[in-house]
Amino acid sequence: MTLLALMLAVSMALVGCGKSEKTSSGATEKSSSQDTLVYGRGGDSVSLDPATVTDGESLKVTKNIFDTLLDYNDEDTTVKPALATEWTISKDGLTYTFKLRKGVKFHDGTDFNAEAVVFNFERWANGNADKFPYYGSMFGGYKNDESHVIKEVKAVDDYTVQFVLKRPQAPFLKNIAMPPFAIASPAAIKKYGDKFGENPVGTGPFIFKEWKRNERIVLEKNKDYWEKGYPKLNQLIFVSIPDNSARLNALLKGEIDLMEDLNPTDLKQVEGNKDFQIFKRPSMNVGYVGLTATRGPLKNKLVRQALNYAVDKKAIIDAFYAGQAEPAKNPMPPSIPGYNDAIQDYPFDLNKAKELLAKAGYPNGFEMELWAMPVPRPYMPDGKKIAEALQANFAKIGVKAKIVTYEWATYLDKLAKGEADAFLLGWTGDNGDADNFLYALLDKDSIGSNNYTYYSNDELHRILVEAQTVSDENKRNELYKKAQEIIKEDAPWIPLVHSTPLLAGKANIKGFKPHPTGSDKFTKVEFK
Amino acid sequence: MLSYAVRRILMVIPVLLGMSLVVFFMIRAIPGNPAQVILGQKATKEAVAALTHKLGLDQPWYVQYIKYLGSLLHGDLGESIRTGAAISDEIWPYLAATLELSLAAMIIAVVIGVNAGIISAWFQNSWFDYIAMVLALIGVSMPIFWLGLMEQWVFAIQLDWLPTSGREDVRSPIEPITHLYLLDTLLAGNTEQFMQVVQHLILPSVALATIPMAIIARITRSSMLEVMKSDYIRTARAKGLSMFWVVYKHSLKNAIIPVLTVIGLQTGLLLGGAILTETIFSWPGIGRYIYDAIGYRDYPVIQSGILVIATIFIFINLIVDLLYAMIDPRIKYN
Repeated sequence: MTLLALMLAVSMALVGCGKSEKTSSGATEKSSSQDTLVYGRGGDSVSLDPATVTDGESLKVTKNIFDTLLDYNDEDTTVKPALATEWTISKDGLTYTFKLRKGVKFHDGTDFNAEAVVFNFERWANGNADKFPYYGSMFGGYKNDESHVIKEVKAVDDYTVQFVLKRPQAPFLKNIAMPPFAIASPAAIKKYGDKFGENPVGTGPFIFKEWKRNERIVLEKNKDYWEKGYPKLNQLIFVSIPDNSARLNALLKGEIDLMEDLNPTDLKQVEGNKDFQIFKRPSMNVGYVGLTATRGPLKNKLVRQALNYAVDKKAIIDAFYAGQAEPAKNPMPPSIPGYNDAIQDYPFDLNKAKELLAKAGYPNGFEMELWAMPVPRPYMPDGKKIAEALQANFAKIGVKAKIVTYEWATYLDKLAKGEADAFLLGWTGDNGDADNFLYALLDKDSIGSNNYTYYSNDELHRILVEAQTVSDENKRNELYKKAQEIIKEDAPWIPLVHSTPLLAGKANIKGFKPHPTGSDKFTKVEFK
Repeated sequence: MLSYAVRRILMVIPVLLGMSLVVFFMIRAIPGNPAQVILGQKATKEAVAALTHKLGLDQPWYVQYIKYLGSLLHGDLGESIRTGAAISDEIWPYLAATLELSLAAMIIAVVIGVNAGIISAWFQNSWFDYIAMVLALIGVSMPIFWLGLMEQWVFAIQLDWLPTSGREDVRSPIEPITHLYLLDTLLAGNTEQFMQVVQHLILPSVALATIPMAIIARITRSSMLEVMKSDYIRTARAKGLSMFWVVYKHSLKNAIIPVLTVIGLQTGLLLGGAILTETIFSWPGIGRYIYDAIGYRDYPVIQSGILVIATIFIFINLIVDLLYAMIDPRIKYN
């Protein structure tokens, strides 16, 4: 039956192809070899108003429609000028003055100037956590909140804008460069109101043209872009193809030019093919096993350390990441300033693990649940299989782990309630700052949000809060190094990997440099 | 017949009401707060609380249900929590995509399934019969996910005959009128794009057709075998009628009723159950629309989406019931 159907399909296809092969594939060849880039990704965006979202799928599109005052360097999170050409910081670290780029226009033809910057920041500060979630978490709340960092944003003249802070904020410039804080056209915001997210207007290299939900977002070249001679592409199309293997098939067929989230196991299929190239996104993530510090034997630090000794990270990396990851010893990747490289990881040592378990009063091990992530992420390409490998590791020291999994939203909900014993999870950094890893994931303030292990240490809390306000880079890094020592000793996690997310694209793509944050700017991308 | 039809249509009301209640409670029984899911892993507690309130999810369940029912009665399917758009506006393009795909799949399934079943019965215990029934068994148990990827690999990549996924070539998109692209391209008089749509339809509809095709073939075969044993068929053959006429005219008419029932049920199932096919072929259909909504705990979309599918399902089966009487005059609805 199947065979018959396929035969029918083939014959129909032949009839179809006979007529239109020339035109359809001809068109494909023509446009892809020139100036339209089709980017295949797993999901669709939620909204194209970057200030209102937290999902990566939205931000990777808005990054190309909007500009921020400062931007990150091509391959790391060091800040560089963008809409602001230069900036000065007062000695007390409370006043930031930005000189703005002149002659820049929004896509609707209105002028970009200091007033526009003030308008945008006022809009966010007057909002709330529901409307502008990232603003609150990066700048300590909103206008009437005690904890709000920004006291005032004012236009000194047409092209000078000044931020006055209530207290120093060390990662302020890095925060300003985050894609959610892109400057949007005030006229368009007034015009579209709630619908601005479907009609985004910025100053970026590409102009929004069309959004067909769950299918594609089409952007077109901004011919008046302030970076002269750019962008190179005429059109940039984001298409959603949910399945990683199907997306690879679409790339191999030439329907898309570039794809993200290549399965590490599919790497070989592309690597040897001269028509394609692999892009490696610099790692700014961590995949880990959380050990909930409030549950059963895991309350005991020695037990958590024992589990750390029992995991063979290298074997896991070879088996499930095709070698495209490095073993993690700290909760943040080495590229982040403040990383403590002096820390020694718990080596893979089953005898030591058993010894610690015996010392903790569990000479014969114990039983626990191990939760496996139900969705693939670059830092955890196959949660179920990695959980099975860990299960085998733990079994060797007598710890019987039962693998459990839930649908993703349920998974996170139950984790936030502290219902898991051990669980797999990970994190991709937003701005390349240590605070965005250590405070966000392991401080006691983050219990109920992203500290799913319920780990709480007062000394660590004191250090992390102090580090938020220290502006001396060296002193700040020392604090973070100390924090990592405490975390290592307390072992609320088994840090597993910092993975290298893989992308694959046509061999003739030039100028594409995947950014560690996961939001790529396509200004300089072209076809050879 | 008319009164029967009216009675059946009226019966739809309590069914849908019950349905809405079941769906309403089932989705609320799953853990996971929509506000948390929408705002993502990185949202603060305040943000989640604020959005929960804004969405009215902190109200008692009966208030939420009555509000929902009230707007349904006004023909308002609600607003998507995630996109903020009216579901009645948003749902049609997805539904159209699914309708087109399901229809294509059912045409393949019925044409091949019914004929294979007939020929198998006609030449019972022949090599054709054995092969067809083994293939039907494989078809029923085929993992669609695997089949879809294999189809892409063979027909799109290796043979380069057909596109891998999507409804259209994104580089030369179709201007939607009705969102039924076959129709839209015809209306626009664009045969090139029409062929493009047909090409995009083939692989997913074959994948989707596999299971119903196999089921239809098996049912047709057994139903035909039963009829072909009856006296009137023997008489017809004794009178010297050609075998083709005996099979396709006399037997089929009497054997078709159970087949029709299966076709009706399968069509209904395809409408809501095409999620796997839609995912592999990135087909923007209603199955994925609702599936994504479940991921986001987008309650209104899940509720209204299921309700729309259920309504179509009920009406397809109503049509099938009415067809019985047209095909078999012995069936009366009075």
